[in-house]
Amino acid sequence: MPVTNVVHDTERLSLTITAEFAAPIERIWALYADPRQLERVFGPPSHPATFVEHELRVGGVSKYFMTGPEGEKYHGVWTITAVDEPNAFSFEDGFADESFVVNQDMPVSQCTYSFEAIAAGTRATFVSTYASAEALQQVLDMGIVEGASSAINQIDSFLSAA
Amino acid sequence: MFTYDDDQADALFRALADRTRRDILRRVLAGEHSVSSLAAKYEMSFAAVQKHVAVLERAGLLTKRREGRKALATGEVEALRTVGALLSELEEVWRGRVARIDDLLAMEAETNNQNAQQRDPEE
Repeated sequence: MPVTNVVHDTERLSLTITAEFAAPIERIWALYADPRQLERVFGPPSHPATFVEHELRVGGVSKYFMTGPEGEKYHGVWTITAVDEPNAFSFEDGFADESFVVNQDMPVSQCTYSFEAIAAGTRATFVSTYASAEALQQVLDMGIVEGASSAINQIDSFLSAA
Repeated sequence: MFTYDDDQADALFRALADRTRRDILRRVLAGEHSVSSLAAKYEMSFAAVQKHVAVLERAGLLTKRREGRKALATGEVEALRTVGALLSELEEVWRGRVARIDDLLAMEAETNNQNAQQRDPEE
């Protein structure tokens, strides 16, 4: 299993995911540096992501949108705040309108993705910190209904098993 | 954070104890839908779908607003979630991402192997 550890911090509203990949650190970095590869892994199958701009340099912005099953689009912008190739990068993830203007009234989340070479390949640590429960809510609403649906599917299977 | 008293919990579970209502909830959690567009998805009368929507509304699982002649329904995700549940959902999203990275790397490794095998006989 690639996910090796998960830490929920309900006080700080952060989620830390640790995963190990059977590929060298440069390969994992390349995946995050290349918008075409990044969009293949970022959005759930129900909400594929499209990165229209993506540059991993400090001050750079990534503009992306996710498309839902009914064609609805959710826009987001990353503002890159730190880059240490191939070890780590940090960014602020904000909500945006259709022309990728960041909505200042909406909360931003702070994200740091870091990578470490290990014998098996690469250990990746993904930390996302949210300003408020509402911010976390918004992120999940934004095309990330994979989880909400699976929660309901669990209720479904629970009831059908009963 | 939301807490439920017993009456609310009863209403919530009653509302979720029906397949059509769970399906409606899934749709409105993904985004706002008009009641008439929801009704078009099911082989039952508009009135029957309207009733299901009303049960979900009473349980606090969806809210309705009017826009002209249309009644628009939105899922109330908060009703189902606490911060812990939110983080769990996000964890699922991440597990999906990590699995997709794994798949991409595995596909690439396979392609490289095939290419290597194709080259080998020539050498």
